[in-house]
Amino acid sequence: MREELKRFKGFTLKNVPEYEGFAPGHRACQGCGTVLPLRLALKALGPNTIAVSATGCMEIISSPFPYTSWNVPWIHVAFENAASVASGIEAAIKALRRKGKIRGKKKINIVVFAGDGATFDIGLQFLSGALERGHDFVYICLDNEAYMNTGVQRSAATPYGAHTTTSPAGKKIKGQVTWKKNLMGIVVAHNIPYAATASPAFPTDLMNKVKKAALVNGPAFIHVFSPCPTGWGCKPEDSIKVAKLAVETRVFPLYEVIDGKYIINRKVDKPKPVEEYLKLQRRFRHLTPEQISYIQERVNQEYEKLLRLAECFGE
Amino acid sequence: MPKHEGLVSWKKLLPGMYLDTPGNSREFKTGDWRAYRPVLDKEKCIKCGMCYIFCPDLCYTKDEEGYYQVDLYYCKGCGICAANCPKGAITMVLEEA
Amino acid sequence: MGKRIAKEVSIAIADAVAQCKVDVIAAYPITPQTHIVEHLAELVNNGELDAEYIPVESEHAAMSACIGASAAGARTFTSTAAQGLLLMYENLFIASALRLPIVMVIANRAVSAPISIWNDHSDVMSMRDAGWIHTFAENGQEAVDLIYHAYRVAEKTLLPVAVNIDGFTLSHVVEPVELMDQELVDKFVPPLKMKYKLDPKKPISIGAIGLPEIYTEAKKAQDEALKASYRTIMASWREFEKLTGRRYQPVETYQMEDAEVALMIMGSLAETAMNAINRLRKKGKKVGLLRFRLWRPFPHRDFIRAIGKVKALAVVDRAVSHCSTGGPVGIEVRSSLYQSNKRPKVVNFIAGLSGRDVTVDDFEEMLERTYEAISKRPKVPYEIYGVKE
Repeated sequence: MREELKRFKGFTLKNVPEYEGFAPGHRACQGCGTVLPLRLALKALGPNTIAVSATGCMEIISSPFPYTSWNVPWIHVAFENAASVASGIEAAIKALRRKGKIRGKKKINIVVFAGDGATFDIGLQFLSGALERGHDFVYICLDNEAYMNTGVQRSAATPYGAHTTTSPAGKKIKGQVTWKKNLMGIVVAHNIPYAATASPAFPTDLMNKVKKAALVNGPAFIHVFSPCPTGWGCKPEDSIKVAKLAVETRVFPLYEVIDGKYIINRKVDKPKPVEEYLKLQRRFRHLTPEQISYIQERVNQEYEKLLRLAECFGE
Repeated sequence: MPKHEGLVSWKKLLPGMYLDTPGNSREFKTGDWRAYRPVLDKEKCIKCGMCYIFCPDLCYTKDEEGYYQVDLYYCKGCGICAANCPKGAITMVLEEA
Repeated sequence: MGKRIAKEVSIAIADAVAQCKVDVIAAYPITPQTHIVEHLAELVNNGELDAEYIPVESEHAAMSACIGASAAGARTFTSTAAQGLLLMYENLFIASALRLPIVMVIANRAVSAPISIWNDHSDVMSMRDAGWIHTFAENGQEAVDLIYHAYRVAEKTLLPVAVNIDGFTLSHVVEPVELMDQELVDKFVPPLKMKYKLDPKKPISIGAIGLPEIYTEAKKAQDEALKASYRTIMASWREFEKLTGRRYQPVETYQMEDAEVALMIMGSLAETAMNAINRLRKKGKKVGLLRFRLWRPFPHRDFIRAIGKVKALAVVDRAVSHCSTGGPVGIEVRSSLYQSNKRPKVVNFIAGLSGRDVTVDDFEEMLERTYEAISKRPKVPYEIYGVKE
């Protein structure tokens, strides 16, 4: 096991850290399932953190001048370059520390919060560069499966069949025609020390993964499933339910890849049918039975692939 | 036609329009967004803290007895706490007009 | 006093950057700046420069990394040209608006299309509105001196500074260059101390939303800061003169005292133009030369003073501003004149595009044509000089 992770002590429901890196009074929608993992991640990271945001919902709701919801130092530059900005900060802290200009030995966590648009699409190059260069930072992709801030347009993270304003469920073409981009596969191909998927429905799992990601020396990536009631057309109170069903139907399996080894955190041997997950969201209400069965088949296929990977490249 | 006026003098802005008031969104009331309000039944509550963990708006704080109280200044009435309470101790009640 | 050594200008620039004890270098290679970033990599890997060298994957990433590093309180450096500058375009505006003291060397190169690696000013002219401080070097010594000056000015004004050198014609030539003594560098460029930076001990939020209720004020504040930087730029040059004896002015003049006709140009072609001035002076013509050393903030007062009583002025642009009222410099010069009482006739030539040679003869011809303009106003607002019909 990695040296840094040997010291790791997990959070449980009984010892959730009290620290809050995010303040109330932010402008997120009711029931926002994206701001919740952001809040939990900052909890796990603690005050010795510098946060970088890409343009998107999380940046907009947290920084309407003169208000800011960030209790930690925070910077927002542009849409695609959060990973590069974080690279610069990491290099600066390294250089300044080496030259004795930063006092104290405590590690300063550098975390990026970026949406799926900023990560899967426009920011892919920047993420890839930062991962390849091996900067010591945590990149958290808060994936709500579309460009939500600008009004629910499709991204490469939009799942097959989903209705968005630029992949609408029309008479001829019904929703998104391509399968969700396999970003974890791309990230893992960079051979980084730590990559994981997480869901706000499993809060201690999420916080532990963020903590581990911060502890490892080198780049870490966390793909967070982030429900958006506004964009997905589900009830605000169902955010957590939908996030849980995504895991329980194998749509979004929870796993870690530590130094190339796949560890499935939650084996779903008896999955619930995907329809249970799909029917809670109006973005899927137009799906034909053929589309649903395709989704079911493909979800099982992807899960099987994951099981094989865990077999071949597991502990 | 109302004239747009600047929030603050340009001379008072920090260079780069930086904000050196971390977390001051605390001053902003989001509680008037809601239509429903969570109400706790202390009899059923087991003080597990799931409402506190799941609230996206950081509305819950623990009181001296260990019960989690909601801060109605921020509560947007999303209902996540009520939906995820393992004991069904929270009910969403319509706000009076 | 340092020793004058023959050095390739790119190497000398990299050495000067190293002398300034830069903390973070974000480098992406593009002709003709490659020798600068290569030499810096050498210095870092040999342990001669203690800095973090980030080999970024694009110029946009280079400027992004510089923004992040600068916001965290580090002294940064990057360099680019043409397409690279255009690729990082959105970040240029962000860097100046966020008041970050980044220093960048632009090895001026023509912008595509057609793709070209040779020298002209079309790249830097595309970023006039970005809010950066710009200086122009004509020779290797100036390039090096402007680096020291850039760091001092950037960090005192909290504005990014671009030092412009002509790609190939300046970046790749070997010239006699004297680097400042390290102790003088340390005095002229003291350690960077930023009051507001990303630091968990004192959290700040950088990059909040500029709602309609505050964006105007933010831009006004930025504009005033760039305006006020003029004083710091001048004071720094005065301080530099005290330390080295070399004097820099926002508008450099040559034989302007009694000139009736003048030529205006920026960058290393100015030295060629000087030869044309000398030739015409021998023939008895009262001609002079003006060079903008400082491009932003635009040195309006210095320029109006410098043109003296000339009856006609030839502005030689090194870039095209398609179908505007002149080349980029021509437009600004005319605008500056209009806001004064002086009304010399202005002739605007666009020459030396993508490294096309501009000879002493060419400059002579341009000056002769400017003489004609005194009595007969040119029919066109600008002319692409030397084009084959």
